[in-house]
Amino acid sequence: MHEAAPPPIVVDRVHKRFEIPREHVSTLKERALHPFRRTVTDTLHGLRGVSFAVQPGEFFGIVGRNGSGKSTLLKCLAGIYSVDSGDIFVNGRMSTFIELGVGFNPDLPARDNALLNATMLGLSPREARRRFDSVIEFAELGEFVEMKIKNYSSGMLVRLAFSVMIHVDADILLIDEVLAVGDAAFQQKCYDEFERIRRSGATVLFVTHDMGAVQRFCDRALLLEHGRPVELGDPERVGNRYLELNFSEQARHVEELAAAAEGSRGAGATPVEDAAQQPDTPSPDGAAEPDEEEPEIRYGDGRAEIFEAWFEDEHGERAETLPGGRPCAFAARVRFREEVEDPLFGINIQNGRRDHLLSASNQWSEPRCGTFAPGEEVTFRVRFENVLSPDRYHVTPAVARHGGAWIDRRERMISIVVTGTHRTDALLDPPYEVQIDRGPRASARELVR
Amino acid sequence: MSATDAPAHAAAGEEPQAAALVGLGRPIKGPSALGSDPRRLWHLTWMLAKTEFKLAFFGSALGYLWQLMRPLLLFGVIYLVISRSKLAAGSHQPFYAAALLLGIVLFNFFSESTGGAVSCMVDRENLVRKIEFPRLAVPLSIVLTALMNLSLNLIPVLIFLLAEGGTPRWIWLEVPVLVLILALFAIGLGMVLSVGYVRYRDMRPIWEVVLQMTFYASGIFIAIIGLAPVRAFGTRIDLAHVLMANPFAALLEQTRHALIDPSYPSAVSAIGGNALLLIPIGIAVLAVLGGFLLFDREAPKIAELL
Repeated sequence: MHEAAPPPIVVDRVHKRFEIPREHVSTLKERALHPFRRTVTDTLHGLRGVSFAVQPGEFFGIVGRNGSGKSTLLKCLAGIYSVDSGDIFVNGRMSTFIELGVGFNPDLPARDNALLNATMLGLSPREARRRFDSVIEFAELGEFVEMKIKNYSSGMLVRLAFSVMIHVDADILLIDEVLAVGDAAFQQKCYDEFERIRRSGATVLFVTHDMGAVQRFCDRALLLEHGRPVELGDPERVGNRYLELNFSEQARHVEELAAAAEGSRGAGATPVEDAAQQPDTPSPDGAAEPDEEEPEIRYGDGRAEIFEAWFEDEHGERAETLPGGRPCAFAARVRFREEVEDPLFGINIQNGRRDHLLSASNQWSEPRCGTFAPGEEVTFRVRFENVLSPDRYHVTPAVARHGGAWIDRRERMISIVVTGTHRTDALLDPPYEVQIDRGPRASARELVR
Repeated sequence: MSATDAPAHAAAGEEPQAAALVGLGRPIKGPSALGSDPRRLWHLTWMLAKTEFKLAFFGSALGYLWQLMRPLLLFGVIYLVISRSKLAAGSHQPFYAAALLLGIVLFNFFSESTGGAVSCMVDRENLVRKIEFPRLAVPLSIVLTALMNLSLNLIPVLIFLLAEGGTPRWIWLEVPVLVLILALFAIGLGMVLSVGYVRYRDMRPIWEVVLQMTFYASGIFIAIIGLAPVRAFGTRIDLAHVLMANPFAALLEQTRHALIDPSYPSAVSAIGGNALLLIPIGIAVLAVLGGFLLFDREAPKIAELL
């Protein structure tokens, strides 16, 4: 447990609030005209009791959705924001990279910009000058040293900025994902650099909402939600939890919209709820998700009814979300009102675009299930390996007579969220393996021929 | 690199052991005015000022010439008008041209440093919000850039003075001290203005008016001494004494006394005695101390307020 080196970063019960004034007084005139007016402020909780310790040489991810507090945490760590309570301890030379080339001035040549940037990042001007040649060499910009950087291509700018950044020799790097915005080539360049930094043994804190990047680089990750730490540890687990939060938030939001639509016939929505709404969501008065709004479609002669349905994870526990790639089961309870002989039990799984992804029933199984008496209750389960890609799915369970007539069929009765650690544009995400076999190497002479 | 889960499989938000917190490197306290390392404050101030200074010269091919031309053009106009005017007896003072140019050049410095400080924090938003550094470096660098420009602009003042027949004197050594005091006063005001502007955006027009008033009321082109007294509250008030309460006016007067010619009254005689000189000194000290206290209080919050 006791290591020789103290942790590079210790964060202990950090709280950070922002006071957002309702009406912003931005001039002295207003202040002078209304000297006694109290400005009403809304309190925004940026961070609420965040604690963790980063081990030396660790690549540590801080993840969360927009507004979860991850950037606030980074800025507190960097010393850009002061914390309201709690402590942050840093052991080692730290450098912050929230943006590449902070303070770059387009009208100055690479030399001045590199020296200024390096000084901003913590080097003394003398150190900066000493390392300048190496910076330029690494950036491969030797012949452009005296060129104003407004004439640089974006690639050259990135090379210069990154080169400065890695020449600062920080033991601890705080890196924001916004570094990696831009075109694909730019991103790749950034990620290549991350890979290199990671191998160099520096301790890195990396803020992102890209789970792929977390999986790719991070040894551990911390998931924040509404400023609170939710999950800390293995990136895969954190990634799953993140997706779960994301989907459940969407679901909650749809519910809220539905509730607001109902409520709007009475009282209006409160401002708080207004603020919580995303700009791209449909208004409560307009049609929300048609799937959620439409009344349930139900078929059948009523000799039996499906009255409960749920999903179970691999341990047989009821689950709201299912991790991709694990066994799971759908279960439903059926009550018979009349005697039915050899009924069929089945389900149908669709995604939001109504693609059918799975149809399962006991139609082809032998022996048949026999006769059920009035009042009898049964639970049927469909177990399957969950190879669905991360998304929300809707399940239609059904009971039918052997000939084919519906006894009870409930369209899209329940839905389930499947989580995963990476995005795919495919419908399915079964386990797979990619193998590359090299053929025998052709000799140079053969190539010439 | 195989560090995976924390010891004991830390649950989310598990608090680090209190005992482990002792001696864990330096605490991160958030941004401050001075920072923890004075050298870093100086390095940053120097780099920022140097960059700004260079930019002025890179901006146009005749950068340096422009830097000299601006005060000289203003000087030319004022000199022409005043020297032909019956109103201004001031133009008959010795070395009037050098004294006028000195006034313009010093005012330029004062207006450049304080006027530039007003929006300096907001202008450098991308630094302030993206990087931790001693916040005071920003207004300091503005004053430092203005000082660099001032040192260039003082060259023609000396040329004028020597051309008019002035000779170097030992008391010239007082000039750098006076300039330094003026710079301190400008820093004090700059600290107030820069954090003030972050909260109140009408700081700029207000300060522009103040600067304009200062230009006319500091004796830059007309000698303040000898202005007709004003009658108020049943007493005779010497206008010079009132106007000299402005530290800039007092410093300008003293600089002329030291640099141009002893026939220009010293600040003490212009304001009417040692005791009264305490007023501009007090105002300057107040600006520096109050400015620092205000800046120091606001520094941790600037990044959030921007």
